[in-house]
Amino acid sequence: MAVLTEEQTMLRDMAREWADNESPVTAFRKLRDAAPAEGYDAAAWGEIGQMGWGGIVIPEGQGGSALGYLSLGMVVEQLGRNLAASPLASTGPAASAIALGEDDAAKAEWLGRIAAGEVVATLAIDEGPVHGAAIATRVEGGRLTGTKLFVTEGDSAAVFVVAAEDGLYLVAGTDGVTRSPRRMADARSHAEVRFAAAPATRLGGVDLTAKVVDYAAALAAAEMLGLAEQAFATTNDYLKTRVQFGQALSTFQALQHRMAKMLTELELMRSVVEGALEAIDAGRSDLDQAVSLAKSVAGDTARLVTREMIQLHGGIGMTDEHDAGFYMKRAAVLEAMWGNAAFHRERFARLNGY
Amino acid sequence: MASAAESDPLAAFREDVRNWLAAHFPKSLAYKDVGLSALEGPQDPSADEAAWTRAMGEKGWGVPTWPSAYGGGGLSRAEARVLQDEMARIGASNPIGGMGVMMFGPTLLEYGTEEQKQEHIPRIARNEVRWCQGYSEPGAGSDLAALQMFAEDKGDHYLVNGQKTWTSGGQWADKCFALVRTDKTKKHEGISFLLIDMDSPGVEVKPIRLISGSSPFCETFFTDVKVPKGNLVGREGEGWTIGKRLLQHERSSLSGGGGSAGRLLAGKPLSQVAKDYRGTDADGRLSDADLRMRLVRHEMDTRAFMLTLRRAALEAKSNQGPSAATSIMKNVGARITQDRAELGIEIMGMNGLGWEGEGFTDAELAQTRTWLWGKAVSIYGGSSEIQNNIVAKRILGMLDHQ
Ligand SMILES: Cc1cc2nc3c(=O)[nH]c(=O)nc-3n(C[C@H](O)[C@H](O)[C@H](O)COP(=O)(O)OP(=O)(O)OC[C@H]3O[C@@H](n4cnc5c(N)ncnc54)[C@H](O)[C@@H]3O)c2cc1C
Repeated sequence: MAVLTEEQTMLRDMAREWADNESPVTAFRKLRDAAPAEGYDAAAWGEIGQMGWGGIVIPEGQGGSALGYLSLGMVVEQLGRNLAASPLASTGPAASAIALGEDDAAKAEWLGRIAAGEVVATLAIDEGPVHGAAIATRVEGGRLTGTKLFVTEGDSAAVFVVAAEDGLYLVAGTDGVTRSPRRMADARSHAEVRFAAAPATRLGGVDLTAKVVDYAAALAAAEMLGLAEQAFATTNDYLKTRVQFGQALSTFQALQHRMAKMLTELELMRSVVEGALEAIDAGRSDLDQAVSLAKSVAGDTARLVTREMIQLHGGIGMTDEHDAGFYMKRAAVLEAMWGNAAFHRERFARLNGY
Repeated sequence: MASAAESDPLAAFREDVRNWLAAHFPKSLAYKDVGLSALEGPQDPSADEAAWTRAMGEKGWGVPTWPSAYGGGGLSRAEARVLQDEMARIGASNPIGGMGVMMFGPTLLEYGTEEQKQEHIPRIARNEVRWCQGYSEPGAGSDLAALQMFAEDKGDHYLVNGQKTWTSGGQWADKCFALVRTDKTKKHEGISFLLIDMDSPGVEVKPIRLISGSSPFCETFFTDVKVPKGNLVGREGEGWTIGKRLLQHERSSLSGGGGSAGRLLAGKPLSQVAKDYRGTDADGRLSDADLRMRLVRHEMDTRAFMLTLRRAALEAKSNQGPSAATSIMKNVGARITQDRAELGIEIMGMNGLGWEGEGFTDAELAQTRTWLWGKAVSIYGGSSEIQNNIVAKRILGMLDHQ
């Protein structure tokens, strides 16, 4: 565990308590079954806004608390433990893009409202099903044209931070914006968003794009950390209660060693995820490396733990009635978001001159 | 042609098979999987599918090596291989399958009475009955011998009470081969192998939804179900031996799961799908180098597996049926099947994780379901862990730790 300030410890504990009491996995199940158009629980998002979590990475002068990414990551981790369907992880990097951007009017107009949880903001980056392909979206005369795929919270976002060929732009409102939902295995909000000469405000160049995408990847890794830890804990509990051959499954050494291995991997995962979040807060120049390390380890470990969760639960883990499938499906989507393990290994290799 | 016939003693047979297939296999079905779908339940067959199933059923070629006296093909293994090759050549798949073919038939051929064989085997060969497997219970999964469903001897019939679970295809099945307890005082020796009509009064099925969204299996409840004594296979108390034999058949057919490995999406090789989705570099190689190497490893695994399957088949000179080595093959097959599905969704990126609605092709949506459903192959038919225990004990002679 990273060394936390008193403030961060309080925040983490509060987030954990809130997630356990107000947003358990049963809440996600209900949401999945009800399938609201916006893709999240509006009441829960309202509470998140009131608790100020929307403003954790927003500067103090602009309605936020400027606690930074380690803090936001810890909150996202707690939400990830219970698979809370919240736009928090999407709004953070979008808010950062605006805060770091060059348009003061945009800061004044949006940051306070994002901090308060009044609006959902998100990044619209990828134009294909795999992260990292070339970007063809263009801006001419202040109007942006292009199609973005798998935009998280794209069903509800009021503000899009959009990557164009030459950098990041802000598109707010509905003029020239069409969205089509994409229903995916994790039952969260993903949408194709089409921009046809939508009025756009410039935020910054391609460096800024790279930076906020790294922030988003680090938060995805934090969500994966929470998710993997809970998948592990649930499995561990199950092995202690399920009896076969007259004894608890947890007495079988074949399973004990696998659990021990997973715990080991989770320890490594925590270090790299916290390392990436700290690198953001410290403004370190090797942020890209730290993020690639975190996202690739997170991808591998979340995959390992969620697949084992299903396997070690046996038949019950294959049923929709059990939560194991939710964990595996969400892990798979997070794995594919912002570059999978292979993508980040490749980037890590390049950054290190391999 | 004479020289060809000399080098291939089966040339005449091959010629016959070719002609027969040309006359009976509807070209519209080429490279389509025909037959029972374990995933979504029975579909209404098209006219071509029905005709193809009928033709294969009458010929007995759906179960080519079963005795012709019971409606099987009566072919030698070598002939059956020729049939398989010739079918593969034109993209014909066997429309006759399911648990009757994979597990129950071979077991009944070994343990059934003449009367039982005459009654059940021909109908399996013609695809006329759908069988399900009543083994697992809520408290008896890996520890199958802990089963509690009880069959009480009532003179001319048994009265069956209890619950089974994870009954694949239970809601569509005509009949069930079940392990039941006929003696509560002994664990393994108290188990019997019983055939139960699913439309008997007192049988109730409740479908369970899987993580893939479909409901291909059930909780099955039995309340005062009358089962004629003639439906007992083997002797009372011999069910564990017979039931285990059936599991070996199950494993050996499941180990074939890796058999189609290396293929994906309507017969396209995985490597081609990867290139289509991910693009190539200037030298024509898959542009994602890491993925490329993992695909190659998968291809190598698959080939090693196929070669091992072939070697095992050749080595099984005396036709003794499946052995403990099927546990090894089941595990490798399961791993390959699951690796392939994981690679498939990775190749497709977000498109490989679609659930429903617009924006995904049918093949992509199918890939998501295949991936999710495929997580079961290392659980059912005896989980990978249980297979490893079998290998350790029965092949390696390692001791049970107490
Ligand atoms: C899709 C699907 C279809 C199925 N179809 C049928 C069917 O048609 N008919 C039928 O009768 N059953 C069916 N089954 C049930 C299947 O056979 C059982 O799920 C399986 O035997 C495992 O039992 P369980 O689910 O109770 O898991 P458990 O026995 O509770 O096992 C849980 C985990 O512990 C591990 N474990 C258990 N014991 C040991 C040990 N001694 N050493 C190490 N590890 C151990 C297991 O490998 C597994 O990973 C089906 C299951 C699935 C998922």
